[in-house]
Amino acid sequence: MNEIVISVIIVGIIGLTCGIILSISSIVMSVKKDEKIEKILEILPGANCGACGFSGCEGYAKALAEGKAKVGLCSPGGQKVSNEISKILGVKEESSECRVAFIHCCGTSDKTSKKYDYHGISSCSAANMLSAGPSKCQYGCIGFGDCLNVCEFGAISICDGVAKVDQNKCVACGKCIDACPKKLISFIKVKPQAIVSCSNHDAAANTFKNCKAGCVACKRCVKECPQDAISIKNSLAYVDKDKCIGCGKCVKVCKIGCIKLLNIK
Amino acid sequence: MFKALAACFLASILTENYILNRFLGICPFLGVSKKLNTAMGMSSAVTFVMVLATAVTWPIYTYLLLPNKLEYLQTVVFILIIATLVQLVETILKKYIPSLYNSLGIYLPLITTNCAVLGVTMLVIEKGSIDPSFGYINSLVNAFGAGIGFLVAMAIFAGVRQRLEKCNIPKTLQGLPITLIAASLVAVSFLGFQGLIDGLLA
Repeated sequence: MNEIVISVIIVGIIGLTCGIILSISSIVMSVKKDEKIEKILEILPGANCGACGFSGCEGYAKALAEGKAKVGLCSPGGQKVSNEISKILGVKEESSECRVAFIHCCGTSDKTSKKYDYHGISSCSAANMLSAGPSKCQYGCIGFGDCLNVCEFGAISICDGVAKVDQNKCVACGKCIDACPKKLISFIKVKPQAIVSCSNHDAAANTFKNCKAGCVACKRCVKECPQDAISIKNSLAYVDKDKCIGCGKCVKVCKIGCIKLLNIK
Repeated sequence: MFKALAACFLASILTENYILNRFLGICPFLGVSKKLNTAMGMSSAVTFVMVLATAVTWPIYTYLLLPNKLEYLQTVVFILIIATLVQLVETILKKYIPSLYNSLGIYLPLITTNCAVLGVTMLVIEKGSIDPSFGYINSLVNAFGAGIGFLVAMAIFAGVRQRLEKCNIPKTLQGLPITLIAASLVAVSFLGFQGLIDGLLA
């Protein structure tokens, strides 16, 4: 009986002292947290994608609360999130630009072929080191999916050897842009517009030899465009995004089919 | 004296490595060893807590539990103390050294009930009961060595895993199976240190 009492008392005293020490320390050494940070953190999507340029959502929330960051930087959250954040911070609502990533290549496996069989590491950047990749077109998509692997939102898929971005899932975090060794990916604004889906700068004869979907700089689109938005730069058609009204005339006239109209959903 | 301490320190790193010889703390060993910098962060936090926990549990055992014949309560009391300590360290770091808190903070709650920390505090006391000359200082040195041993094992294994990621592994072995096989091979390689310390400081 005595043993039980002593053991209970001693363990009880140890537990009590521990508890008292902890509760005192939590009061004495409490760190004041900015209420705004927690509120903002609740609103942010919590994807920690880093599209805002800060270390995760917490870093961005902190910078926002301290007034060091702009409101509309969170692209996964979009307009809704930036509106709610501006309400908390009491600043004017800023419109956040809606952007998506786009892959400037449409050289699917039926349009282009391989110059050699590649049996190495299944990664675009590794394959790219070996004579600019197995694809005949040295500018085009290699199709091992480096972009797919870094995408945390499942927005990229590979069909017929070319990566494709699902515009509904893309949040414009920009990770795929850094991952692509061919620099094929860039942001585009979501609005009706024509986009050149090719990055080949070779002369027309070489381009056509290597890929049946490559831009041969025939200038049909240039002539057809009512806004003078299209020009040829380095044997590749280039659409001025600000001038383009998305009429789609260039798409109809392109015999290769490498200029595409952005579908808005 | 110094020789004995050095032998104790080296032994706890190489021949009595808590992960690779005693198989304690396998959870963080497999969980946090994917990248070298997180492995280093975790193991420095573990080292810190191990030394601190031993520094507190040893006197409590020797001067409170032992005279009252309460050795059997060792596990309960030690867990209680370690958990409190970790919490306390976390609040102190948060308040006074936020930069260290940001780098170690996420690992601290993981250590609260880490078996390697509990194992070190208990095994140190077991050693003391076998050999009375193994006192407080020896215990602290042993705990520090155990932490460094943890760090060494984590660092080595992080390197192994980084190489594993680039290998073409059969589908059935991908993920945890190949990690466990690699861990066992690293553990076997540490058997090679057996007898080294006695020979080194003889």
